[in-house]
Amino acid sequence: MTEEPQSYSAAGEVAQVKLRRGLGERTWIALRKAPLSAWFGMIVIALYAFVAIFGPYLAPYGEAQVFAKADEPWSMLGGDPAHFFGTDQIGRDVLTRLIYGARNTIGIALLTTILSFLIGGSLGLIAAINRSWLDQFLSRGVDVLMSIPSLIFALMLLSIFGSSIPSLILIIAVLDSTRVFRLTRSVAANVVVMDYVEAARLRGEGLGWIMGKEILPNIMPPLVAEFGLRFSFVFLTIASLSFLGLGIQPPTADWGSMVRDGSRFIQFVAYDWTLALPSLLPAGAVALLTVAVNFVVDWFLHKTSGLRDDH
Amino acid sequence: MTTNSNKRGAKGDILIEMKNVEIDGFSDERWHKIVKGVDLTLRRGEVMGLIGESGAGKSTLGKAAMGYAQPGCKIRSGSIMFDGIDLMAATEAEKRQLWGSRIAYVAQSAAASFNPAHRLIDQTVEATVDHGISGESDAKQDAVGLYESLQLPDPGNIGGRYPHQVSGGQLQRIMTAMAMSPRPDLIIFDEPTTALDVTTQVEVLVAMRDIVEKFNTAAIYITHDLAVVAQMADFIKVLRYGEEVEEAETRKMLSQPEEDYTKSLWSVRALHKDESPSDDIALSIKNVDAAYGNTVKVLHDVSIDIPRGRTVSVVGESGSGKSTTARVITGLLPPMTGSIEFNGETLPNALKDRSKDQLRRIQMIYQMADTAMNPKQTVADIIGRPLEFYHNLKGKQRDDRIIELLEMIELDESFMDRLPGELSGGQKQRICIARALAAEPEVIICDEVTSALDQIVQEGILKLLLRLQKELNITYLFITHDIAVVTAISDEIVVMFQGQVVEQGLKSKILAPPYPDYTQLLLSSVPEMDPDWLSNLVEERG
Repeated sequence: MTEEPQSYSAAGEVAQVKLRRGLGERTWIALRKAPLSAWFGMIVIALYAFVAIFGPYLAPYGEAQVFAKADEPWSMLGGDPAHFFGTDQIGRDVLTRLIYGARNTIGIALLTTILSFLIGGSLGLIAAINRSWLDQFLSRGVDVLMSIPSLIFALMLLSIFGSSIPSLILIIAVLDSTRVFRLTRSVAANVVVMDYVEAARLRGEGLGWIMGKEILPNIMPPLVAEFGLRFSFVFLTIASLSFLGLGIQPPTADWGSMVRDGSRFIQFVAYDWTLALPSLLPAGAVALLTVAVNFVVDWFLHKTSGLRDDH
Repeated sequence: MTTNSNKRGAKGDILIEMKNVEIDGFSDERWHKIVKGVDLTLRRGEVMGLIGESGAGKSTLGKAAMGYAQPGCKIRSGSIMFDGIDLMAATEAEKRQLWGSRIAYVAQSAAASFNPAHRLIDQTVEATVDHGISGESDAKQDAVGLYESLQLPDPGNIGGRYPHQVSGGQLQRIMTAMAMSPRPDLIIFDEPTTALDVTTQVEVLVAMRDIVEKFNTAAIYITHDLAVVAQMADFIKVLRYGEEVEEAETRKMLSQPEEDYTKSLWSVRALHKDESPSDDIALSIKNVDAAYGNTVKVLHDVSIDIPRGRTVSVVGESGSGKSTTARVITGLLPPMTGSIEFNGETLPNALKDRSKDQLRRIQMIYQMADTAMNPKQTVADIIGRPLEFYHNLKGKQRDDRIIELLEMIELDESFMDRLPGELSGGQKQRICIARALAAEPEVIICDEVTSALDQIVQEGILKLLLRLQKELNITYLFITHDIAVVTAISDEIVVMFQGQVVEQGLKSKILAPPYPDYTQLLLSSVPEMDPDWLSNLVEERG
């Protein structure tokens, strides 16, 4: 019974049967199995992105160009054929304003979301790794920030610092980064206890390596999903702030302020339904993008994990 | 004895008969064969041992005996007859009638199988009451009797506790009581003692064996531990790659296995290394006290000397402070008092105060190779990082060295681009060894490195470690609770109990009588490949 095992070799051990596929192939397989709602979401997002990027070439007029006749109805409802969706209260072309609005609203929302992920994500990772007074300090600070209703807090800060675009981006980014911080910290906390993180520490690796190479790649799926959701919320916040008059300021075109401008007629809609159109158009644009992003995020979350943020 | 004892057939009647069963599993978008046409016949009152390495299909086959295929699996063809009932044709509802009343299942992890929110006795009798086999008070009374025959402490009251209030071994026995409560015809034990310490394992094994015998229940015992199965089973079936290798009566299987594969399983425990004493101390732990969070002291005045180029094994059950000792050495847990000396100089207590070179010289290999490697990094990244980090190797130099290391651990270049998820358990552990070697260390701390592996793979890893020690003069601190491993590879042994060193010395001295009480208990609890071992042990201990 002392003889060697005949058939054993380390390289020959059966590992889990797994086909190695390239990124392209894997993406294609995932896309092919995507539900209809996800496809709808992706197509809508692509269209919005296209309009936002090529806005100046698509728009028939200049962003703030004023025409002779204000409050012109849609061309198909008897208005001037030169203005497809008519003109607004000071005679600007509504279609042009919508197109430029996509550029401004989406651009600012995207920038804000990225900034909030940079702040919240890196602090969340540091808190998860450090787990000392720093974690306590950051977490309690975030609790304090989150205990104040964020729209009211943002309104207050904007009226203190003035509603310029940089301060708008910064304020919303900081307020939103609290939620990113919480998510990052909790998912990273599960990874920090893994032996490979301990192995990296024992090797003497610095904080940057542990954050960027050991932890971050393993928590990407929930973060990517959160990015989509967060973008929707930031986008809605900006639109609401603009609606309240403290967001993006005229003459810059933006969907929130377009809804507000159109809402003057809201009490007359009972007599002439077309009066609702100037508000409904930008509001619909906001709603459609939000729904589309959520469809895609839902599908992605379903695919990668059961993790769901219910805010 | 019970209400349904009259429907029971006589001992020796065929209870379950499976013919040419094929089971498929779904992974990576395709169906793969897991079990490829296995026959299985079990008679009343018999215990069958089902053994094989992981992935052999033993658990899948065991569950199929209940007519159950876990999610992601399906029973493709074959016939499964349970006491005249065709389980392949039975509906879910019909099968649910059998499960929990006539067929019971004991899972590997009792802790994960109990509902933490309910009292143990309620969970013990739940199936029995639900199936209407007996009333709740009768069933509870019976459960107390079962607790008693399973030798649980305070059988009258233990059922009133919640799962977290009893130990792992007790929980496993309560799960056996739960399975036994409806007096099933068949119990399937799926690696029930794998998660337990050797000393606890003995108690659980005795309890299980006695109760199965007492009620004349048929059982399928699934495990990868040969010595355990030798105690439990009347006959043994060996599986590999989803196919039957051989089946024989236990004694015959142990004394004269027919197939090469079975022989190779049996020969694993023959690995042996001669001890060689040395006075050249590489690493020395001096009077260390350590605690988690300043309150619970886990190490009491621990001193261990580790000679250069030798293997020192630290043994003891879980909670004895073995792993804590490793954490103190690596600097993850600075000691309260005492010090660590390395090559005569005192190491800084905390990890962050140690220099890169001090870190490089002491490397660590973990028990779970799965969690010790970043799942998003390829093998080349994993092994290459210490090369870059400690030795500044880049580009071609680094790649060449990676290939060299891969060859050292008996793998080859083709593994460089693989991710950890694409490796087998043994290969993963080899990569972890290569990562440690890449640093060119003097001391490697091995924390239970083989306990999660199958026997054959275990032997391969141990041989590799021994060879590397010979070639590179590496010093090992080997933490384990497996005495078979200890006798195989160590020069010196340290026995730990409740945070203290009970004994330390050369292997020949520790493994020979007279023993201190604890060493005696620990050594005698290690299952041997002798079918009479358990019975003899029980007699000896009275």
